[in-house]
Amino acid sequence: MSVRVALHSRSFLERGLLLLVILIFLEGTVLTLGAASSPDISAQDNTGGHDHLDDHRGIAGSHVHPNYTKKAFPVLSLDYHHIQVPFEISLWVLLASLMKLGFHLIPQLSSIVPESCLLIVVGLLVGGLIKLAGEEVPPVLDSNLFFLCLLPPIILDAGYFLPIRPFMENIGTILMFAVVGTLWNAFFVGGLLYAVCQIEGTYLSQVELLPCLLFGSIISAVDPVAVLAVFEEIHINELLHILVFGESLLNDAVTVVLYHLFEEYSGAGEVTPMDVVLGVICFLIVSLGGIAVGAIYGILAAFTSRFTSHTRVIEPLFVFVYSYMAYLSAEMFHLSGIMALIACGAVMRPYVEANISHKSHTTVKYFLKMWSSVSETLIFIFLGVATVAGPHAWNWTFVSVTVILCLVSRVIGVVGLTFIINKFRIVKLTTKDQFIVAYGGLRGAIAFSLGYLLDKNLFPMRTMFLTAIITEIFFTVFVQGMTIKPLVDLLAVKKKQEAKRSINEEIHTQFLDHLLTGIEDICGHYGHHHWKDKLNRFNKKYIKKCLIAGERYKEPQLIAFYHKMEFKQAIELVESGGGVKLPSAVPSQVSMQNIQPKKLPPPVAERALPQFTKGREEEIRKILRSNLQKTRQRLRSYNRHTLVADPFEDGWNDFILKKQRLIELEKKVRLMSNYLTVPGATPDSPTMCRARLASDPNAFYNIKASSDGVPTIQVDLASPQSPDSVNMLNEFSKRGATGQGLGQREGADRDEDQGLMMKPAGKGEKGEEEGGNKNPGLMRCLSDPGPSNEDEEDEPFLP
Amino acid sequence: MGASQSARTEHEFQDLADRTGFSLEQIGNLNKRFRQLSKNEETLSRQDLASISALDNNPLRAQIINAFFDKRNLRQNEAGTVQVIGFEEFLMVMSHFRPAAMHITEEEREKLRREKLRFLFNMHDTDSDGTITLEEYRRAVEELLSKAGTIGQETAKAIADAAMLEVASTTRGKMEPDEFYEGITFENFLQKLQNESERATNLERRETERRKRRIRPWPLAILMDS
Repeated sequence: MSVRVALHSRSFLERGLLLLVILIFLEGTVLTLGAASSPDISAQDNTGGHDHLDDHRGIAGSHVHPNYTKKAFPVLSLDYHHIQVPFEISLWVLLASLMKLGFHLIPQLSSIVPESCLLIVVGLLVGGLIKLAGEEVPPVLDSNLFFLCLLPPIILDAGYFLPIRPFMENIGTILMFAVVGTLWNAFFVGGLLYAVCQIEGTYLSQVELLPCLLFGSIISAVDPVAVLAVFEEIHINELLHILVFGESLLNDAVTVVLYHLFEEYSGAGEVTPMDVVLGVICFLIVSLGGIAVGAIYGILAAFTSRFTSHTRVIEPLFVFVYSYMAYLSAEMFHLSGIMALIACGAVMRPYVEANISHKSHTTVKYFLKMWSSVSETLIFIFLGVATVAGPHAWNWTFVSVTVILCLVSRVIGVVGLTFIINKFRIVKLTTKDQFIVAYGGLRGAIAFSLGYLLDKNLFPMRTMFLTAIITEIFFTVFVQGMTIKPLVDLLAVKKKQEAKRSINEEIHTQFLDHLLTGIEDICGHYGHHHWKDKLNRFNKKYIKKCLIAGERYKEPQLIAFYHKMEFKQAIELVESGGGVKLPSAVPSQVSMQNIQPKKLPPPVAERALPQFTKGREEEIRKILRSNLQKTRQRLRSYNRHTLVADPFEDGWNDFILKKQRLIELEKKVRLMSNYLTVPGATPDSPTMCRARLASDPNAFYNIKASSDGVPTIQVDLASPQSPDSVNMLNEFSKRGATGQGLGQREGADRDEDQGLMMKPAGKGEKGEEEGGNKNPGLMRCLSDPGPSNEDEEDEPFLP
Repeated sequence: MGASQSARTEHEFQDLADRTGFSLEQIGNLNKRFRQLSKNEETLSRQDLASISALDNNPLRAQIINAFFDKRNLRQNEAGTVQVIGFEEFLMVMSHFRPAAMHITEEEREKLRREKLRFLFNMHDTDSDGTITLEEYRRAVEELLSKAGTIGQETAKAIADAAMLEVASTTRGKMEPDEFYEGITFENFLQKLQNESERATNLERRETERRKRRIRPWPLAILMDS
């Protein structure tokens, strides 16, 4: 009991410490901000700059300045302004990261309230503190910072890891929601708001139609940042996720065009039908142009990554820089930067992944995740800060009507559009799906930033707009964001399956693709499967050849997937403690021997059985034990080889080779186990076992692996050259041990014993051929002794 | 004569529409295509299908053509193949690829789902013994990779083995070393495809929904069903 109390108090202590640290940092932020806005600092800056200049000249030669008076050399000086900007940025980032850290230390809180809400609250607190300190709140969410720094990482992360297949399969629905839905929302909200504003007694009669429509177009777009933040926590199924998220990404073009259109005309006045046509053309240019810019940069990135095999270190940089350039280039022409980023990420990914090393891929993944999560955190905090900072003009009618209209228009839009879409969809969207899509339409920081961008002189009601936008954001993020999780549970909406993609799934997906293409061809109807197939073939034939280095472009998708899966398993295996179990496709108790069609053992083998006498077994054991020393060396070298960087990435090929060899090996072992029944092995004395255990810590894993008493075959992956004779021995010793812990431990030990038992090279090569590994690129592996031939199995232990 | 001919055809079409679920317009289109493929004959042979140039690049060409001549897909409970098929049989096979109608009961839906999956299963189970053996699975994967040249041939076996292991472990769980997994049965296949056919054929969603509906809290169940 007391222990528990102590634990509690400890965790409280930790939390308290954390809070203290955060407070200190907050204080620091406030102070620094205060310092930033005080004028005397800038004066100091001038003098500081001057001094700096003087220093330089002084270095160039003091004789140029005869009036240079010598002062005492300042041992320690304070020049805060010199580092102010980067220091403050770091402080903000640190604050965001600490917040993120803090929420996960309090699981009770984060399970109820979504992170985005908590972050906004933190932002409010920080803003309040800054205000309390009597300082001007900095314009943290101004459009440059937001659109040029905070938004791109999130969008790139989304675009690079966009699940292409579900996205393309639902592209019609997504586009419908994104384009028609957003247009509908904008005009419905804008128009009705204008109507409400005309009602007497609301004191809003000065609001004209165009500003209303502009406001409608700002407020109607679903925000990708908010959607991501909330949907990632509720683990909704893939279809719904991609519908809402895809919509939030693709509606950017509509928003951009509407925004510029209305901003333009609210100054100029009249809108003619010509302008509408121009608007449509503009929309096409903005969206398609954005995609084109993104695709060009994506192809460039893929092409560049073709040649990076000698400078692996900068590989990830190309991914980031090309994408950012795509975003900036698109923004330069007022094209849709979000669509450019999405297109860039989606286009480059398959080729880049094939080209760059596995480590670079991991780096890309982690950097994207890190940047996007920090950006997201900062955005929500800044949203809170900006709420405190901004001047507000609260108008009950306007705000409440906005919130209600947004909800109503979203529901009507989704239901109406689904009614149309369902006529064309094979999987119909059910009522529940529609509800989630409608309810998941969260608004976020993009709307705020767009509102912030409005010109104060052109739009005197800007403050009121901003207040309404913030209220709408808060309403969606807090009310909808917090209730969507219980609602999803209550409605029993299908959740995302956590299972990883299995090889069967991949096979069947491909099989169905080809099947449906074939059926379409037989029907003579060129549907989307036909065109997809055409595109795939074109991609394989020409594009991949240009963009993917080496021979890997020839690799079909299924094989690539299989290799990836294998590689992942290998890494998991190594991370989980190194080469004990055979890396089968599933962590299961079923081994290859269960599914292999049974063959009759060769008759010769029957005669081989009595030759394994007990004495000989002992002899074998002695030989094996003498190799213990070498085993340990071998293990260490293996670890170094796999875990530390190897510049040629041949760990991959090595592993595939090993895996194939192991499968071959197992087959043989299975064959042999049909006739190998050896009397029980005498276990070592407990002390000896313990001693061995102490000398070889890796044996622990073996014990764990075999403690369940299931007589599965365990092949030591750690030895690149594990001869199958070893496994045979392992097998019979295990059978002999009949579940006795000691015996098993011993068997497992022995499994590791034969480390570097070299064999005549001739035998090794023969085994290599038999193993079915004729990969010419792996010549170096031929020097390893492979599995031995079957006909030599009687005496594999006598060198 | 011509009028009675067309009336007969129309009557036939109506009959076919009732049995296969296609609309009259779809049947008309498919009939046109059938005549085109069979060069205006009453029956369609393997050569006719093999002559479709668009199929040349399809790795599953042989399997798809075989499916049209497989008796199991034409009439129930009969193994073996036929040499030629008429328009009715052609429609029968085609009807497996028809999306489910909007308003049908769950049982019908389930039946349809099973039929579709049975079709898929039959494509893998080439010797019609009710199980997909390792050999058959290997052949299927090899076929899938047949356009990939020599790399494909080598890896196909390993992939099929890994896939088979996966099925065995998910359907059987623990197995003793001397136990033997003879192959994927149709039930295993259904089970395995629970979460796989979803994206491609979109059949699974309903199944899960159906299962979910059973465990839904009752007040909501009443709300949703009304």
